[in-house]
Amino acid sequence: MDSMTLIAIASIVTAGLTIALGSIGPALGEGHAVATALSSLAQQPDAATTITRTLFVGLAMIESIAIYCFVVSMILIFANPFWNHVIAQAAGK
Amino acid sequence: MRLSPDEMIFWQHGLIKLNGTILFTWGLMFVLAVGSKLITRNLSTELQRSRWQNLLEIIVTGIEKQIEDVGLRQPKTYIGFLGTLFLFVALASLCTVIPGYEPPTGSLSTTAALALCVFVAVPFFGIEQQGLGGYLKSYIEPTIIMLPFNIISELSRTLALAVRLFGNMMSGTMILAILLTITPFIFPIFMSALGLLTGMVQAYIFSILAAVYIAAATRSRKSKPEPAQAIKA
Repeated sequence: MDSMTLIAIASIVTAGLTIALGSIGPALGEGHAVATALSSLAQQPDAATTITRTLFVGLAMIESIAIYCFVVSMILIFANPFWNHVIAQAAGK
Repeated sequence: MRLSPDEMIFWQHGLIKLNGTILFTWGLMFVLAVGSKLITRNLSTELQRSRWQNLLEIIVTGIEKQIEDVGLRQPKTYIGFLGTLFLFVALASLCTVIPGYEPPTGSLSTTAALALCVFVAVPFFGIEQQGLGGYLKSYIEPTIIMLPFNIISELSRTLALAVRLFGNMMSGTMILAILLTITPFIFPIFMSALGLLTGMVQAYIFSILAAVYIAAATRSRKSKPEPAQAIKA
């Protein structure tokens, strides 16, 4: 197996695994956050605006982790420097 | 597959490129500036006012109230910066309904620039409120061992701001592009609506996080119970 095939296999597998494993944690965290926010809304409806705003800010921070994984996955597929280097080498030959 | 509007090149002359990001950013700036100028030409203080002035008043008072809720005491000092952040990112996301338009916040350059503005604005407002010594002293709180961690947290949250906004905008446009090649009839419309929703949420998040960082930098250390009172009230 030459280096070009190896790089392709590694990039594709890693890209899939990155986004697959990287979405589990944030999804569980966001579900827990929304559940807690709903129960505290039921307990204190007057603080609805504060709770909602804090919930959204917290969800955005949790979501960023999934976004980081997505960006790494996209880089591996579309802007992969190792693949570009190997392709340039193969084209140069 | 196009990753960002940086790759849409409209005109090129040697090293100088007019790409989609620059064009759409200037378009948005033009719409915001000229629109506001036209609406605020004849402001009226009576009950009878034009609907555009009403719209602007709703937006401005809404942003002012949000800034005050976060804990910044004189929202008028900060509303120029924070309001512009919100309006720019929100309009950039709203205009995706126009065909042929790509949001400039889908390019890492734009979001990095916005995050750098926040990075510079936080010490600016902090020094303005607390003086240079007072602001620098906040880095060694609570103990001097925390100094490298405070500095790293400053840098990492700037990076997080940039990548969060970029990732959300880029993923929205990319999902749409992929779906258009697979099921081009109805499903992309739902994804487009979802993209609009996440765009508005991300605009709100960006400006609220900037406000929270500025509030943390300008909050004087002696009057700490204030946020708790704001929540009780």
